[in-house]
Amino acid sequence: MTTTASSVASTPPTVGRVSGVLSHRWVRFGIRRLGRLLMSLAVLVTASFLMIHLIPGDPVRGALGPTAPTALVEARREALGLNDPLFVQYWHYLQGLFTGDLGTSLTSQLPVADIVSQRLPATLTLAMLGFLVSVAVAVPLGVLMGVVTRRGRGRRSELAFTTTSVVLGTIPDFLIGVGLVYVFGVSLQWLPVAGNATADAYVLPVLALAIGPAAILSRIFRVEMVAVLEADFVRTARAKRLPSRSIYLGHALPNALTAGLTICGLLLGSLVAGTVLVENVFAWPGLGRTIVASILSKDYPVVQAIVLVYGVGVLLANTVVDVALALLDPRSMIAED
Amino acid sequence: MSRRWLRVVRTPLGLTTGLLVTAVLVLAIVAPMLWSDRAEVIDTDHILTGPSGDHWAGTDSLGRDIFFRALVATRLSMELALAATVIGVVVGLVLGSAPLLLGRRLGRLVTAGVNIAVAFPGLLLALFFAVIFGVGATGAVLAIGMASAPSFARLVHTLVAGVAALDYVSAARVAGVGRVRVLLRHVLPNIAEPLVVNATISAGGSLLAFAGLSFLGLGVQAPSYDWGRLLFEGIGMIYVNPAAALAPGLAVLVAGLAFNLFGESVAKGLGVSTVGGRLTVTDEDAASAPALSAGGTDEHALDGSPSDLVLDVQDLRVSFPGPAGPIRPVRGVSFSVRHGEALGVVGESGSGKSLTALAVAQLIEEPGRVDAARLQFRGADLREGPRAHRHLLGTSMAMVFQDPMTSFNPTRRMGGQLAEVAVHHQGMSRKQAMARAVDRLRAVRVPDPEKRATQYPHEFSGGMRQRAMIGMGVMGNPSLIIADEPTTALDVTVQQQVLDLLQAIRDEDDVALVLISHDVTVVGEVCDRVLVMYAGRIVEDLPADQLDGGAQHPYTRALVAAVPDMHTDLEQPLAVVPGRPVSPTDVIVGCPFAPRCPLADDHCRTVDPPLAPVEHGIKVACWHAGEPLGLDEETGELVEADAV
Repeated sequence: MTTTASSVASTPPTVGRVSGVLSHRWVRFGIRRLGRLLMSLAVLVTASFLMIHLIPGDPVRGALGPTAPTALVEARREALGLNDPLFVQYWHYLQGLFTGDLGTSLTSQLPVADIVSQRLPATLTLAMLGFLVSVAVAVPLGVLMGVVTRRGRGRRSELAFTTTSVVLGTIPDFLIGVGLVYVFGVSLQWLPVAGNATADAYVLPVLALAIGPAAILSRIFRVEMVAVLEADFVRTARAKRLPSRSIYLGHALPNALTAGLTICGLLLGSLVAGTVLVENVFAWPGLGRTIVASILSKDYPVVQAIVLVYGVGVLLANTVVDVALALLDPRSMIAED
Repeated sequence: MSRRWLRVVRTPLGLTTGLLVTAVLVLAIVAPMLWSDRAEVIDTDHILTGPSGDHWAGTDSLGRDIFFRALVATRLSMELALAATVIGVVVGLVLGSAPLLLGRRLGRLVTAGVNIAVAFPGLLLALFFAVIFGVGATGAVLAIGMASAPSFARLVHTLVAGVAALDYVSAARVAGVGRVRVLLRHVLPNIAEPLVVNATISAGGSLLAFAGLSFLGLGVQAPSYDWGRLLFEGIGMIYVNPAAALAPGLAVLVAGLAFNLFGESVAKGLGVSTVGGRLTVTDEDAASAPALSAGGTDEHALDGSPSDLVLDVQDLRVSFPGPAGPIRPVRGVSFSVRHGEALGVVGESGSGKSLTALAVAQLIEEPGRVDAARLQFRGADLREGPRAHRHLLGTSMAMVFQDPMTSFNPTRRMGGQLAEVAVHHQGMSRKQAMARAVDRLRAVRVPDPEKRATQYPHEFSGGMRQRAMIGMGVMGNPSLIIADEPTTALDVTVQQQVLDLLQAIRDEDDVALVLISHDVTVVGEVCDRVLVMYAGRIVEDLPADQLDGGAQHPYTRALVAAVPDMHTDLEQPLAVVPGRPVSPTDVIVGCPFAPRCPLADDHCRTVDPPLAPVEHGIKVACWHAGEPLGLDEETGELVEADAV
């Protein structure tokens, strides 16, 4: 960002032209990225709207059960607007989204918006903590392993690290969760395994969520670090006889980070979805438990809303990372063309 | 093909996971036949008991044996996972080959949809489809299949795009073969292998995902049971009987990982093969280096007194471990540089000239290895390691590298990159160091240095960057500048500026220069003395003014003759040195240049000539130094002397 700022400020014609191209490039990048976000949002909204119509049979009859009186089912259908033509329903759905009205729960009769806003913070906290912990572990670990295994050194540590991280990265978070519950809850009885009432109740769910992404990320950062340490500018830094700390942290690390960031975005997205299972292992009072309970009780308006929230979360995570990447490394904008 | 698969199975990971996959599949077939009854038996005397002799993993809330239930569940778990994988592959195939089947416009629409779907995590898609297809095993199979379809579609799309462009596929289409037939007969067989490999990986993923859905209660419903369902039932009683959750959890973990990692190792094995040999320098090599150097005589008398020398190198050797023994790109190089002297080093790429420079500057990293009988810079013994003389090297030896585009850190401002030298080695504050950096940028004629110091490398032109690199070198008070091909990456007009700048810095402070170049003309112009390197050795050491006409070694003479000048007949093809340079991996017997030399005889091919002084301050390593070459005077072309 400073890059553009300084070149915009400069007056010589050549640099001015460069800044013109740059800002033009920024505008194009912004439009393209925004366009993609809006397109994906439109698909997401339409899919969540259509969900209730794609279910075979009458969703209201399904929710209320075969014994419910026909009059009640009909009244519910009318209240939900399911008897209107499809495009009218779609219009009302969009209107509702823009005014914050997500409908009413079929089972509890509470506004869906209230249910979501009540449950969202717990899920968001879990996802963010999981993400922060995985990055906080992965970056130092990846950098350290990169330094240790640079230029084909430390083959044994490389093999051990890669094997461990591949295995840990493949184990799904809910199985890690079960393992953590057994070890730290049942056997050692060190930490609580349910709810989020106390601070120590956060430890196991966050770990369950973070271990897999941390393993994958640290592997990527190691590879990036090894590649960066081969770069000419690292040789320059060594030719300047800088201390190792300065070479690794000052020169190599910033360049290794930009490349790992793309993967961070993808992981953040899958981490959002991963909370569903982890919440169910640890009885976490978030959206994940609500969506499963709602699917089982066929409370479709709630399911629709939560799917939408997760989808938006994923899309925003991807967009934020794309923009952050463009700010850190302007070359990534051009690569997209 | 079979041999390639064999190679996969030979790797430890491939073998282990391959055996596990086989075991899981066998278990899936035989377990229900053997143990269905024992898994269903309700033992009311043993409800919710822990592991015991009768029940290895304890019992559940109806007293059923969890160990056998976990074994029997293998079949249903595998069936469901495989069914989901098949759905994913088939739907992915249809979506991915849409551009081929549906034509360009519709195909593009499908591809766009796939691209959007891929952005969402699989679990989210699975939940979405689970709602539509309903709770239960069938719904979950469809949901997981559909959820894995987009990533398959993308894979197929990429693979099809690669194959569809092939000539015979285009030919088939032109010949009027139907689209479906083209897909089935011509395209599919070509993409089958990567597809199968990815399906294997995906089967592991489906297994884990299915366990996830069943664990949430959205998959298999009682009384049926798969591993996920068992886990779902077991987690509730984890305090009573942990094995009830751990046994199915372990089963799904082992099976899921086995498929996943087997697929990965197959993918790796069938792809680019990585030859991993043990790369070490043997002790014998290490011991032999100093022993050989004992023969190197003290030649200070010829070059001047030791105190006059900036750099003194005796029998420098660089080696790297290779798959077939060590590679020795620099094999015993001796030279020295006096105060203010400009020494050129020329040779083809691979002659070891750059590695010589890096070795002198202590910039060869492990596993590379540097040995020398003497390696002194301003009287300091550099063999003590790069850390011993950090400040001396940081302030007195400047390096200029070939590619100014990549030699600066792209994420940091120029001023800071110069200033850190002064901060680390001269004890300056950041502010003083920045002032020094701006002053140095001005000294190397970077216009508007205050502003330039705040800019990033990519805002500098190539020539300006190279000047900034020289500026970085003169942050301290260098007594030696080592420039490795400093002008090769630059425009011709800029080249001269950089050379002039180096010259100006030398004149000002009596700085010595080692200029490495493949360009004899540049070296002849700038330097006082020239080393000619070939195959990791110095073959000739001569004053620069002797280059044209005075050179003794046939290789030097060929290099000089190969340079076109005003008198070159442009009607004739430009001269080249015939033959190919020696590779550092070659085993060399005799004179390394002999295979390309018109003067070579049997003596040359068996005994390596030493570097020995001749006349006019020239040292040369050749048995036939100065003998007539049979050089075509008009074209400068070598005439093959031994056309036998």
